[in-house]
Parts: sequence; structure tokens; C-alpha cells
Amino acid sequence: MGFLKKLFRFRSRAVVQQLPSGSIAVDREGNVVTSTVSSAYSRDLLRAIGRDVLALFHEAREAQIPLAEVNIHFVSLHITARELRGGAVIFLFPQTALSPLPT
Amino acid sequence: METRHKILVLDDDADWLKLSSEMLTHLPSKPEIRTVASGARALALMETEPFRLLICDLKMPRIDGLQVLAIVRRRFPELRTVVLSALEDEEFRSRAYALGVDLFWLKTEMQRNLQMYLDCLESLLGRENDGGFRGIQSKSLMDIIQMECLSRSSTVLRLTRGALVAKLWIQDGELIDAEAEGTRGETAFRRILAWKSGTFENLPAEPNREHTITKSVNALLLESAQAMDETANPVEPESVEEAGHRKTIWKLALLTRENAEFVVAVPAEGQGEVEALGTQSVQPLADWTRRAVEVARRLGEHIEAGPLSHLGGHNLERQMLVLPREDKSFLLGWPPNVEAGPLLEKSKKLVASWDS
Repeated sequence: MGFLKKLFRFRSRAVVQQLPSGSIAVDREGNVVTSTVSSAYSRDLLRAIGRDVLALFHEAREAQIPLAEVNIHFVSLHITARELRGGAVIFLFPQTALSPLPT
Repeated sequence: METRHKILVLDDDADWLKLSSEMLTHLPSKPEIRTVASGARALALMETEPFRLLICDLKMPRIDGLQVLAIVRRRFPELRTVVLSALEDEEFRSRAYALGVDLFWLKTEMQRNLQMYLDCLESLLGRENDGGFRGIQSKSLMDIIQMECLSRSSTVLRLTRGALVAKLWIQDGELIDAEAEGTRGETAFRRILAWKSGTFENLPAEPNREHTITKSVNALLLESAQAMDETANPVEPESVEEAGHRKTIWKLALLTRENAEFVVAVPAEGQGEVEALGTQSVQPLADWTRRAVEVARRLGEHIEAGPLSHLGGHNLERQMLVLPREDKSFLLGWPPNVEAGPLLEKSKKLVASWDS
């Protein structure tokens, strides 16, 4: 009896990851300098966002199309980043059903 | 005594349920509104109470909307069903219609088209329960139009193909107007008939719509069928070079008409050649597009933000927008003065026409 419980005892629950909301400033190395995003949100993920956004600006410069602003629209998160002296100010907007239409 | 119809609203978002109930109180027939937050609860409620209309969300935990609709279609075939979803995906729209839903509406369109949404619901509530089959699949557009005209219907057919939207106005079985890709009347009708696939939905009739089509629908269908036949079997075979040239001219005209600066179509690595119009720097732009899509998709997966919808950027000289797709991505260049909102719609339209 109870063998099913034994089988499923160690099954971990799926963890829902919270989406970041707020803004961050990253320097040219991708380090997060200032942030208004909840401290509960992983710093590593914030760094990853900063690093990839800087990569987009960098790649654009390499392709001779320097950009002042980059927008990335995921289904549940919009990211707007403005270039700032090699670094960037990044705004993070989680999307809900009642959010305004994507622009 | 006249009985009030009952509407059941199913959504896992409590705020949306509240908002939806408030909106539905504006319906002229003043129906009774019930709300539930789970598919299981909705099915249990439908077993005990007769409802006229079910408004259902798609993305829900445990039992999702499509599962609920599949069960509802089997157990309650008389029930009118409406899908109200935030998922802007043609696949979901097609799947919902294949399950026989009467209406698929996007939550994101609600702010713009609330009155039309309420009109559609009122029309569904008022429609007599006179049987009939729903969930038409794999019927050509010609068949659908003929069916509507032969049954002397009065309706507006809203047709969607990717980002392209067209409408056909039918009044007492006569086609009175058509609208597609910035054209009206017979020209629009011919353009619509050239669409190979898409989805359609019935909207309430507009009897006061201006008549722009005078020919009978059968004459128009015959003319279009002949034109399509001639295109499929040309009298004099056109050389590959001539066909390519004609296609390029057509695409350039499209670019100019939409006021875009350039388009670069970038297939996945090793899946074909880059196609571009309006720019000399084809390779650097194609490389950047590939790289940008790759970086953004990886970031999306990393932070669990869902699939990449699109990405863009701007400088003082121009705006750029990347529309990623499975087989290829499109980079579109626009002048800086185009507003951000219409930019996405214009880009989607251009890409849809580009490949058609």
C-alpha cells in the first residue's frame, strides 16, 4: 500500500517564474548599475537581459546601423532599451490581457 | 413572460471576469450573466442550468479552453460559443473555428471594437435555434460565398489571412460590397478570391451599406474562376526570367505604396538566399537580423517571457522592425515619421502580401 506515494514523493512542483517589471541601467560592461525591479527577481537574469540588450546595440553598430533605441516584444514581456554612453537604460513591461496593444 | 437568456463567462482571471460581466450588462436584451473561473466548474454548471451562450478564454490551467469547447460541442450542441482570448495566433483561431465556435474575438481588440463585440453577442443571443451545422473546414471561399448567397443570407463575412483582413457585405443573398487591401468593390472581391487559405467569421448584417457591386455574384465568381484558370495555365508560357522580373516590379510597387524604405527577407541559415529590395547593404542587414533574432529568442527562453513576437529599433534616420517566422525573418526599414502603432500593422501586411 502507498507505493504510488513513494513513486511521486520526489516529483518537484513546477515553479512559476515572475516577470520583471521596472527599469534598470547597465554600464558598457553589462553590469547593473541601478534598478527599480523588485529585489525578489533574480540578479543573474537581470544581468542576462542587460548583456543581451547591449549585444543587440553592439551588433547593430557592427552592421553600420547604429540604433538609439531597441524594442523587444515577447508575448508576455516588452523590453525597451535606450542607448546611453555605451551602456543602456532598459524598461521592462510585463504584458497582461488588458495591456494596451503592442507598438 | 419573456425569459432572459443566460450567458456563462469562463475565465481564470478574476479581474477579467468582473470587467466582462460589467461589459455584458450593456447588452440590449439584458441577459443574466454567470461567471466561473475553471473549466470543470463551467461544465458542472452547464449540466444543471440551461445557458444560451458560453464565452470562454483559451489559456487556462488544468482544463484549457479548447478542451472545454470540445466537450461542450459534444454535450451541448445547441449552445452558442464565443472564444475571447489574448492569444493572437492564427492557429488557435483556426482550431477554435474547427471546433464550431460562433465567434473568436481578441481581448486586445476589445478596447477598439467593444460596440461591435456587443453587437455580435446580441446577434448570437437573438438568433433562433433553428439547427444547422457549424465548424466548416476545408471549404473554398467560393463555396462559402455561394452558400451564403444561395441561402439568401444577410451578413458580413470577415475574412482573415495572416495580417490581411477583408470583408464581404451580403444582403438578402446579393453581394453588395467588398473591401480588401485598400480596395473596394469588384477589385477587392477579385483580390479576396485569390487568397488560397484563411479563416472567416460572420458578423451582423449592415443593411445600409453602400452598394459598390452591381454584377451578380455568380457572374463575378465565373469571371474570377476563368481568370484563375488562365493564370494557372497560361496560353504562352512565360520564361522564368520574365516571371522573376514581373515579381520584382510588383514587390517594388508594394514597397512604394506602403511607403517602406526597404525589405530584407532572411531565410534560416543554409535554407535559401537572402532576398532584398530598397537597400544596398543586404548582407550586413541580413547578418544583423539573424543575430538579433537569435539573441532575442535565447533571452526569451532564458527569462521565460514567451515566444518572440517582433523586435525593432530606431535612430534619427529610420525605424527598423524585425518580424521573425519559422522559415524566415523579415527586416523592414521605415522612415522615422511613421507612428509606432501602425508600423507593426503595416509591416505585417507588407510581409503577408510579400509572400502571397
